[in-house]
Amino acid sequence: MATTSMEPTKKSLLDRLPVSSHIRQSVGLQRTMLLIGVVLCTVFVVAAIFAPLLAPYGYSQISDDAGSFPAQAEPGGKHLLGTTVGGYDVLSRVIWGSQTALAVIVAAVLMSIFLGVFLGLVSGYFGGWLDRVLVVIADAIYAFPTLLVAIVMSIAINKGQSGFWGGIFACGFAITAVFVPQYFRVIRAETIRLKAEPFVESAQVVGASSARIISRHIFSNATRTLPLIFTLNASEAILTLAGLGFLGFGIEPSSAAEWGFDLNKAMSDASSGIWWTGVFPGMAIVLTVVGLTLVGESINDLNDPRLRGRKAAGAKGAPGPSTAAAQAAIAADVRGL
Amino acid sequence: MTITIDSVPDQSRPADQPVLEIDHLKVTFATDGGDVYAVKDVSLDVRSGEVLAIVGESGSGKTVTAKTILGLLPETATSGGAVLINGNNVISVSAAKLRQIRGRDVAMVFQEPSTALNPVFTVGWQIAEGIRAHAGGKRVSAKDAKARAIEALRKVGIPDPEHRVNYYPHQFSGGQKQRVVIAAALALNPGLIVADEPTTALDVTVQAEILELLRDLRDTYGTSIVLITHNMGVVADLADRVVVMYQGDVVEDAPVRVLFAEPKQDYTRRLLAAVPHLGRNSASEGMLERAHQGSPVLVEAINLTIEYPGRLGTPAFKAVDGVSFTVSQGEVFGLVGESGSGKTTIGRAIAGLNRTTGGSLKVLGYEMLNFKERTFKPLRKDIGFVFQDPAASFNPQLTIGDCVAEPMIIHTNPSPAQARKRVAELLESVQLPASYAARYPHELSGGQRQRASLARALILNPRLLIADEPTSALDVSVQAKVLELFKEIQAEFGFAALFISHDLAVVDILSQWVGVLYKGKLVEQGIGSQVMGAPQHDYTKRLIASLPVPDPDEQARRREAHRALLAQ
Repeated sequence: MATTSMEPTKKSLLDRLPVSSHIRQSVGLQRTMLLIGVVLCTVFVVAAIFAPLLAPYGYSQISDDAGSFPAQAEPGGKHLLGTTVGGYDVLSRVIWGSQTALAVIVAAVLMSIFLGVFLGLVSGYFGGWLDRVLVVIADAIYAFPTLLVAIVMSIAINKGQSGFWGGIFACGFAITAVFVPQYFRVIRAETIRLKAEPFVESAQVVGASSARIISRHIFSNATRTLPLIFTLNASEAILTLAGLGFLGFGIEPSSAAEWGFDLNKAMSDASSGIWWTGVFPGMAIVLTVVGLTLVGESINDLNDPRLRGRKAAGAKGAPGPSTAAAQAAIAADVRGL
Repeated sequence: MTITIDSVPDQSRPADQPVLEIDHLKVTFATDGGDVYAVKDVSLDVRSGEVLAIVGESGSGKTVTAKTILGLLPETATSGGAVLINGNNVISVSAAKLRQIRGRDVAMVFQEPSTALNPVFTVGWQIAEGIRAHAGGKRVSAKDAKARAIEALRKVGIPDPEHRVNYYPHQFSGGQKQRVVIAAALALNPGLIVADEPTTALDVTVQAEILELLRDLRDTYGTSIVLITHNMGVVADLADRVVVMYQGDVVEDAPVRVLFAEPKQDYTRRLLAAVPHLGRNSASEGMLERAHQGSPVLVEAINLTIEYPGRLGTPAFKAVDGVSFTVSQGEVFGLVGESGSGKTTIGRAIAGLNRTTGGSLKVLGYEMLNFKERTFKPLRKDIGFVFQDPAASFNPQLTIGDCVAEPMIIHTNPSPAQARKRVAELLESVQLPASYAARYPHELSGGQRQRASLARALILNPRLLIADEPTSALDVSVQAKVLELFKEIQAEFGFAALFISHDLAVVDILSQWVGVLYKGKLVEQGIGSQVMGAPQHDYTKRLIASLPVPDPDEQARRREAHRALLAQ
């Protein structure tokens, strides 16, 4: 095997980061899809971070020095994407909305990852009654419709309505409650699989404590699928947030812009021919979800050697397996890693 | 409506015309790291009624060659050259034509019979599937198909085929499943069968039966067989001609007797020399009584019983049933048995990975029946464990140095410098460069990983080492080196070892005292050379007789003896 004559290698940081390494590996259609996803996500994140600079007006601004904004003005002129019935500038609301969405995703996904991973590791490794109880609870939460759980949580946390941070955490907790079972399930299944791996048994034989085995041997191996679930869940989190806003359990328009809320308000406009109030927030939701999903699905395909597309063997310009890093990659690939 | 498939293989083919001709075959795989040349330039032919063995170590391209014959390569592969089966070039024919060729002209027997059969269909249905596919668009009546499936099962020696044709795969044993796979391959009377490691997943006693069956098929029906294997004993037993492959090229092509008697190429010579041969190089050569009996006893099992709890309503499964033995300091105890004999369970119980349920098992004076992890932990530093699969027994995220140092870090809390120094020492003594400590497990070859595994087991100077099939995942030439190393290190460090293996020849090379397990019972134990040379128990006799030796003439004699033993 080629591995015998190899120098030890350390891949550069760029090659080890989840998304950038995937772009490098991909070819053809898979690469196009991944790149489209990455571009959409980048636009979303940039819009969120630089919202104060990009948006022409504030999210709750209904007048400027020249007087009040016209209600339901068509796109063009001072208001590129028009205004709503309340006189809000649609473009500004869409851009500010990305900030709310990002904050909710980060809060929700971080909370559910920490809780889900911890519970999954403990439950999968120790098993027993704790495992059974947790699995039953997770299954019970699964059985509820996502949005229903989120609504109940949102009402329970702060009576359904609130300001910016309160609203974000309410939505975040609501989404966390829905997603913890997913992380829990995935990590628990991985942990149970890894528990039977010889390298874990060899740590047991050596006398390693459970805490050491979980933290040193299982944790790093069990969390390799997390970037994937993260991206897929992020898109679901946006949909849940928009759903909450649409149903009126979101954030007050005066405390933050929220796409779902705007869509709700645009409902009556649609029948009277005012399309711009609904189309743009809707597009924002769709494009962000598509972007996140494309990234997630592409990572999923690229992580699986059987689904991953490759340049045809013998094709011109295909690099030969000359470098040590390439050989290590082949060795790993041959073993199905 | 009668189907006349038996007449399809044209009998007009001249006798000396090859059934299969491979001409300058090249196969390249596209991988993330660029192209991999799996088969570089292979030319060979198989004549009617001939058994051609393709041997080689892992990565030699033998399985890829076999898969090309049936057109089974994955999409990432590109192939060049020609593979002619009865005049059809498999590489260039259309998919429809290829489907016609498969099953009718050439069929495949897979390595793992339990995964080659679909568990939700009866075996009769699965055999009939091929018959239906080749009926040329005509319907085959259920009765017809069944009759032919019964016929096929009878050919491969399944008792009571009329009844068992309706069985599901799980109702057959491993050897019988392989017979069913062969029956499915034979259903259309193909002129050529490609058997990819057909006995590797089977126990030796079952392997002997399957080899016997394949030989019968060749003799009775004149079927040509391409036998892909890494086992030189199997080659000596069955093959007429041997092609040796190494890194995608044919190294040597010779009749079986010539190859074993006078190998021409260096590689072939080295390969043959590395094959363990029962009765040669025995660790207990010339010993008359058990060694090391004056030393303290480290492991003592008295009527040891280990049960696995059954599922609701089923009784517990007795994996180990009343086994008694001792391992003294400095002694190498070899435990042999087939799959399911309980040998691994015993090894794991000694290491505290399985609980014992009855009798007594004392490990370093600790009674395992009252096992508590907290009280056993101090003793763990005196026990080393080497696992079967070196690839899986290292955490892929940690360097070899971290993995090897782990026992030390847990038990003696050394400074990083001390740990590094000790790891370097240990790597040296298992003949690995100290610089390998910085590498990750996947950057090492199988043999190197197994040495590192040995280094990890020995880092605390344990008094007892348990090695569970440490060489069965390795190629023969690598296995020979690891065994030699093990022997040297054991002599140097003087630890006691429990060496568990299914391979009698390997156990004989290392252990002075050998125990034979059969269905959880220790049927025989004694000095290695005596157990192997003059077995007492019927099962041991059968086990030793069914082990093929890498020498065609000697194997032919042994085969006769084996037949005589079975006829008794």
